[in-house]
Amino acid sequence: MCRLAFAVLVILVPASVVFGRAADGSWLKKVPQREHNKSSPYHDQPDAIAAGRRIFVDHCAQCHGENAEGTKKRPPLKTERVQQQATEGDLHWVLVNGNMRKGMPSWAKLPDQQLWQVITYLKSLHEQ
Amino acid sequence: MKLITVIAVFALFLAANCRGQERPYFVTYSHEMEEPDNLEIEFFNAIGKPQQGNRFIGSTVEFEYGATGWWTSELYLDGQMTLHDSTIFTGYRWENRFRPLLREHWINPVLYVEFENVRADKALREVVGHDGRFDFVDSNAEARKEKEREIEFKLILGSNYRGWNISENIIATKNFSNEPWEFGYAWAASRPLKLEASAHSCTFCGEKFQAGVEMYGGLGDRYSFGTHLTSHYLGPSINWTSPNGVTLSFSPQFGLNDYSIPRLYRLGIAYEFNQLWSRFRKGAR
Repeated sequence: MCRLAFAVLVILVPASVVFGRAADGSWLKKVPQREHNKSSPYHDQPDAIAAGRRIFVDHCAQCHGENAEGTKKRPPLKTERVQQQATEGDLHWVLVNGNMRKGMPSWAKLPDQQLWQVITYLKSLHEQ
Repeated sequence: MKLITVIAVFALFLAANCRGQERPYFVTYSHEMEEPDNLEIEFFNAIGKPQQGNRFIGSTVEFEYGATGWWTSELYLDGQMTLHDSTIFTGYRWENRFRPLLREHWINPVLYVEFENVRADKALREVVGHDGRFDFVDSNAEARKEKEREIEFKLILGSNYRGWNISENIIATKNFSNEPWEFGYAWAASRPLKLEASAHSCTFCGEKFQAGVEMYGGLGDRYSFGTHLTSHYLGPSINWTSPNGVTLSFSPQFGLNDYSIPRLYRLGIAYEFNQLWSRFRKGAR
């Protein structure tokens, strides 16, 4: 049993190091035009921003920081890339599909409404 | 069994900042992988009473780790307690799930490979071949004589549509002793009770609950394929995620033919630890 547990650790720990790489924004070029043009149904709504903040803290903050300032391993979300270059549709696309080779999982498990609420919160950060 | 209880209690009371978004499934796998570097500890029970047999509780502790966005690995430790008989550790399973398509599609396939080494198992993690209530009638001493060393493959298909998750599993199992391939199936569908998150934190609001239905059963073996002479179960399921991230699941399940145990009650508790190894390694933005 101990040997099995050791084998699991030997395989999984290096794998998580090798595959857990930082994001570089190349995903933006992969977003289809139709997705790029989508916009949040909750645009600038205060309730959606508050709800999005709650979802962000629950699911995103452990990688991207409590206030989206980033962590040692994962990018901040207050950057020009997220706030200016990426549309709401771009952010929705990357949340649904993830960027799995770069360590960003798919969040399609969350309902679409909640994804848009997170995006509304993220886009509100540039005004702060 | 004591060890399993200690681990479950330990998991319950460890530090917070963990949030699950679990589907309320006990047998069916969805295509959703564990987030990279997260460790989820789950404790499942199946409670049942076969006709002409003693009531039992089959328990599983599951350690689920997200190695990458497309690879999840799990270790299961199984045990069971049978009334008027004994409490025993029944074995372990190690499974890996791989997601070959890295983007979300209409139907998302996931490949599953598992090695298991169990005896007298009553956790009912799946039904394959001609599994039925008769497998639960023998005493533990008798049942432990048969060692099941198996390799199991699953094709997991999953879709998310307008808040609904629909998942189907096709199962193929081969015992390393000279036994034929056995087959099984499972499918499930679920949805959060509320799709929008509320602006204020809440404990029992709709977004914290997921409800659905689950069905699974055997498909015979290589020589006698089909839905007859095997067991099938169907039941509703629900889960609730508490504000501190513990997810509780419950499902009453009903046997659909004479080969099935008439009623099963499944209980689960899950807790997720975020970014387990990250604190130990260096990285750049």
